[in-house]
Amino acid sequence: MNEALANDNRLAVLDHSRLQAKSGTPGAERGRISVRDVDIVFDTASGPHTAVENASLTVRPGEFICLLGPSGCGKSTLMNTIAGFVTPSSGEVRVDGVAVTEPGPDRGMVFQQHSLFPWKTVKENVAFGPLMSGVGSQEANSVARTFLSLVGLAAFENAYPNTLSGGMQQRVGIARALANYPSVLLMDEPFGALDAQTRIMMQENLLDIWREFRNTVVFVTHDIDEAVFLSDRIVVMSASPGKIIADIDVDLPRPREQSLLTSPEFMALKRQCLDLIRKETLNAFKQQNRAG
Amino acid sequence: MDSKSNAALRTAEPLAEAGTTSGLKRQDSEQPTSPTRNAAQTSEAPRRLQTGWLKTMGPRYLVRIAALIVAVLLWELASTRGFNFYINFDNIPAPSVVGSALITELTGQEFYLHILHSLERVAIAYLLAVIIGVLLGVAMGRSRWAEDIILPYIELLRPIPAVAWIPLAILMLPTEQSSIIFITFLGALFPVILNTVHGVEQTNGVLVRAARSLGASRTAILWHVVLPGAMPSIVAGLAIGMGVAWFSLLAGEIISGQYGIGYYTWNSYTLIQYPQIIIGMLTIGGLGTLCTLLVRKGCNPLLKWQAKGGRS
Ligand SMILES: Nc1ncnc2c1ncn2[C@@H]1O[C@H](COP(=O)(O)OP(=O)(O)OP(=O)(O)O)[C@@H](O)[C@H]1O
Ligand SMILES: [Mg+2]
Repeated sequence: MNEALANDNRLAVLDHSRLQAKSGTPGAERGRISVRDVDIVFDTASGPHTAVENASLTVRPGEFICLLGPSGCGKSTLMNTIAGFVTPSSGEVRVDGVAVTEPGPDRGMVFQQHSLFPWKTVKENVAFGPLMSGVGSQEANSVARTFLSLVGLAAFENAYPNTLSGGMQQRVGIARALANYPSVLLMDEPFGALDAQTRIMMQENLLDIWREFRNTVVFVTHDIDEAVFLSDRIVVMSASPGKIIADIDVDLPRPREQSLLTSPEFMALKRQCLDLIRKETLNAFKQQNRAG
Repeated sequence: MDSKSNAALRTAEPLAEAGTTSGLKRQDSEQPTSPTRNAAQTSEAPRRLQTGWLKTMGPRYLVRIAALIVAVLLWELASTRGFNFYINFDNIPAPSVVGSALITELTGQEFYLHILHSLERVAIAYLLAVIIGVLLGVAMGRSRWAEDIILPYIELLRPIPAVAWIPLAILMLPTEQSSIIFITFLGALFPVILNTVHGVEQTNGVLVRAARSLGASRTAILWHVVLPGAMPSIVAGLAIGMGVAWFSLLAGEIISGQYGIGYYTWNSYTLIQYPQIIIGMLTIGGLGTLCTLLVRKGCNPLLKWQAKGGRS
């Protein structure tokens, strides 16, 4: 009970006028992603390599989706086109109606690991985004403190990243991405390098924060449990060439907690995902064999 | 969160415990009231390091000093006994002779003037080399054009020893002083450029992408990501550059007819003042080492983020 109260307090320090959920009017919603007929072909030494083929995807404002698929299927590549790091060979990506051509602070990124600036303290890392947006250093520092307390690391503001554990570093990474109040949060296997215990902690932590933020989240993972636990929707991709092969709604109640992981609903959904993925993967294999 | 997940929190990591409002209060207070883990990182670790250093490095430094003393003793013996077997110590003054000559020099004024002149030249030449070297190095590391234009010159000029520059330096530059500074500058320049290029080219792509997605401009990326990332390599270049500056200086000061520790050494040779030659040599060595050390120590604050923490 106390814990919940404290939680509310710590979230009260956020700038609520900039939060998705509080912006009220439906027309003012931000964070709609539309990916239309996207092909991504890389020029490699051994000729053109199709990393993503004919991907189409719409994400509603405030939706939490997971991109799920085996290693090398093009999850990161697809996410990087939304981020603006990779230009699609054909098709287009729009965020809130605007075609994506380059990265921007409206789309926050969280990477798998080692993406903090090692020469900046934890606070300086989080203050970086606000500082770049042109607010003064005092303001940026106070925003940084807000977000550090949000992820429970206020006490470590003066530490350098290499003195923190992997889980703590990732939480700083999340705080840093959120400090710009982005309408879209792009996360590329952010918990992939963490141990199972920490990973579950981080998932709960993320959902807590997201509950308040309600921004759009695209979360890349190859862990089915993680995808089911976190998301509203799971977009499944198959390998070579990367294709979207399934789109699964996750109708589990929120807020979600660790106990959900052993519930029958969770198990049922997980089985459904597994079956679907296996079927789709088999189909894809058959098609490949026929084609080859 | 309920108490169940809170328990999990505690076992996983000492993490979300600061996530409550108390975390907000803590950040205003100074180090001593910070939680233990933080204190352990900031004050305890260095202390442990220091006592550890005395224990492990203390004896090793004794060995190093002893090694030098042994060499001096052997030299003394060789000189006083007139050792002459392929290597000839007949005309080499013994350390005791050099020592008493040094005391004479130290009581006069001339010797200090030589040192001052050399220090001035090194300071000017080195400063120029650092500014120009880092600028060129960053330009080369960032732009293929700049690299293609500048690199051929570096490859061509770098192997030329400082002494070989003396005639051209005298012909091209208006004063003796500027010729010497030019030669010293050239010596320091190349290591600074090359290490800067190397550091800049090592820029971590993930960090650049992180910065871009946080809204950083190109200049901001240069300032906040590229330069700090290149700093360890740049600092190494600065230290090497300082060493090279000193031995280039010696070549340059052969030109000078007046002052400078290089001139002093060279002049002693022409005047056949053997103890003074050795004093000059050792002074150059000592000053070079000292200045290199100062550069390293001076740059330490730029690299303090590297110092602590075993994790990477
Ligand atoms: N810049 C690039 N140049 C050439 N090929 C690339 C490039 N980036 C990705 N690829 C290729 O595209 C394919 C998809 O890569 P991507 O990194 O998107 O996979 P992923 O699903 O994120 O895998 P993982 O789970 O291992 O991170 C791979 O075959 C990869 O080799
Ligand atoms: Mg990936």
